[in-house]
Amino acid sequence: MEKIDYRDEGRFCSGHVACAGCAEAISMRVILNAVGEDTVGVIVPSCTAVILGGYPMSSTKTSFIHGTLESAGAFASGVKRALRAQGRDDTTVLCLAGDGGTYDIGLQSLSSAAERNEDILYICFDNEGYMNTGGQKSSSTPHKAATGSTPLGKPTRKKNMIEILAAHRIPYIATTSPSHLSDMAAKVKKAKSIRGTKVIFVLIPCLPGWGVAENAAVKTARLGVEAGVFPLIEVEGGVKYSLTVDQKTRRIDDYLGEQKRYNHLSDEDRRELQEEVDDTWARLLARAEAGE
Amino acid sequence: MNAPAFNENLHLLNGNHAVAWGVRLAKPDVAPLYPITPQTPILEKLIDFQSKNEFDAELLTPESEHSAMAAAIAASATGARVFTATSSQGLLLMHELLHYASGARTPMVLFNVNRTPGAPWGFWPDQIDSLSQRDTGWIQFYSENPQESLDTVIQAFRISEAANLPVMINHDAFYVSHSIEPVNLPSAEVVDGFLPRIPREFQLGDDSGRSLGAPLDQAGWNLTRQDMDVAMQGVERLTAAAGGDWAKLTGRPAAPLELYRCEDAEVVFVTMGSMCGNAREAVDRLRENGIAAGLLKVRLFRPLPAEALREALAGVPCAIVLDRNYSPGTGGVLHQELKAVLFGIETPPRLHGMLAGVGGVNVPVETIEKLAAEYRNAAPSAQPIWVE
Ligand SMILES: Cc1ncc(C[n+]2csc(CCOP(=O)(O)OP(=O)(O)O)c2C)c(N)n1
Ligand code: SF4
Ligand SMILES: [Mg+2]
Repeated sequence: MEKIDYRDEGRFCSGHVACAGCAEAISMRVILNAVGEDTVGVIVPSCTAVILGGYPMSSTKTSFIHGTLESAGAFASGVKRALRAQGRDDTTVLCLAGDGGTYDIGLQSLSSAAERNEDILYICFDNEGYMNTGGQKSSSTPHKAATGSTPLGKPTRKKNMIEILAAHRIPYIATTSPSHLSDMAAKVKKAKSIRGTKVIFVLIPCLPGWGVAENAAVKTARLGVEAGVFPLIEVEGGVKYSLTVDQKTRRIDDYLGEQKRYNHLSDEDRRELQEEVDDTWARLLARAEAGE
Repeated sequence: MNAPAFNENLHLLNGNHAVAWGVRLAKPDVAPLYPITPQTPILEKLIDFQSKNEFDAELLTPESEHSAMAAAIAASATGARVFTATSSQGLLLMHELLHYASGARTPMVLFNVNRTPGAPWGFWPDQIDSLSQRDTGWIQFYSENPQESLDTVIQAFRISEAANLPVMINHDAFYVSHSIEPVNLPSAEVVDGFLPRIPREFQLGDDSGRSLGAPLDQAGWNLTRQDMDVAMQGVERLTAAAGGDWAKLTGRPAAPLELYRCEDAEVVFVTMGSMCGNAREAVDRLRENGIAAGLLKVRLFRPLPAEALREALAGVPCAIVLDRNYSPGTGGVLHQELKAVLFGIETPPRLHGMLAGVGGVNVPVETIEKLAAEYRNAAPSAQPIWVE
């Protein structure tokens, strides 16, 4: 069992409206806490926006602008430039978006911000679908997962956003999980200390969207990490890959078994998914070992 | 507008470079820009100024106008003075965010060069790009010439920051954007004095911890529009005041509406933008030939100066609207607007709607003269008339 060294600064408040048991709430608490007080936030439509609260309430003490779904990278750029023009270049610009707002409709504005290496800290809460609109697929939805718009399972694989962003050669990309909160805090703090575009992906098992039990969100995330489905990594400068957890200790079945979105899988399907995970893991390991 | 008196501040500038000079003098903090013909010379000139250390805004060159507007909104919400420019496809790509900008009450100035939207592709002066954005909550000005474009940019920052509403200024592709005229450049001191920095009541990152744009209930959303309505209603007065102060400083008046030889006119042309030049010339020639013609130039289109328009046109026997735009299914946009404004007044003019210059076709002075001869005693038709 991991001992967590954590002191909460009260940036995230109780009374938020996340689904009971959603691991995004605890992730937000840790992230807002790690980023600290001198921060301006950008949020785009997603579960996160709902969790932040409706006017006049807010579940955070940090100011956020609620931007448009496809514009997270551009809104964050605008905030950053305005702060810089006012001599506040050290204020952190924190941008929160879902996977739909990152992999799909917001890809263009994020790519542009990354290409300009805007000094922003971008967090993608990756629940692998459009959950705010009731659970449709996004291009982050994994192969064979059932969603509202892929009831028979998604026929294609999850888009590899890490490689897409790495190709932009931004200084820092990482993945983290609510099952590894110290890792989450450390990566956020590290990212905050770097100038330029930083992007961190947080795995968020969605209770209704994935068909996960109310008390199983963190456990599911942990199984995802341990099975190597969601490897915890860092990519520095777009080339230097490192694995935070360098062992894959389970088969994918343990992970799939927690989620109704995979109920329809045949043994053959499971074998295929295991092969995909093994292949991705091997490539990642080779990259990490090569030191780039 | 009369030719400016010669002095050492007079420069030969095309319309777009006049805009860039206005922006340079207004000193925005942030300027996200994306190129499109025929707006590009504005962008180029600003980047040229910046590379010579004459303009020190944070310039952002994102991947699209959509992101340019998103960044503009966010920067304004964070307390920055913001400028951006676009045209046609770019403005239309921004559409979602135009609503957002006014709803968020973010002041900024956008310069739009009026150009035909595709399809088919064209690069010609036509105002449907901006007129089709009339319901987005932006203040809209239409400028006739380079000097007016420069002056309006500077006034627009003052109006926008006082009303907390974004301002879109428009001038016609090529006729104004690329035609070179003598332009009087105001001094930096004059502009600095005219445009003081007003501290914002709220900005992102102040220590209030407040957020902006969070979802709210029906009644609350409704109230935001009532607030916007109050702000919009103050814009005509702000425009007149800014124009009055500007006139004192520069000798160049700038009112919401301009009336040219409308006294005792039996026929008044109503139009916007570069068309006003030829219409003014036509008025002079018609008057020489014994036809009492006048011109009503609409400079402020949103909010529409309804009372002032009624006052200007009440009792005039005939008004001919020259619309360089076409709204399919109805006709010219300014024509529709005037029909609405004049409805119910006691002595309305016979109102003729002319689709004149749609797609950028030239409308010579003689054509406008002929319209007066042909229509001033005719009964108006409900359908718009295509001017050949
Ligand atoms: C332009 C636009 N299209 C559609 C929507 C509707 N919409 C709101 S949230 C959302 C899904 C977002 O999915 P994701 O980014 O993954 O966030 P999640 O809800 O899963 O947290 C959609 C499609 C919108 N707000 N804007
Ligand atoms: S819908 Fe899913 S991701 Fe969104 S708050 Fe609920 S459990 Fe969390
Ligand atoms: Mg999602």
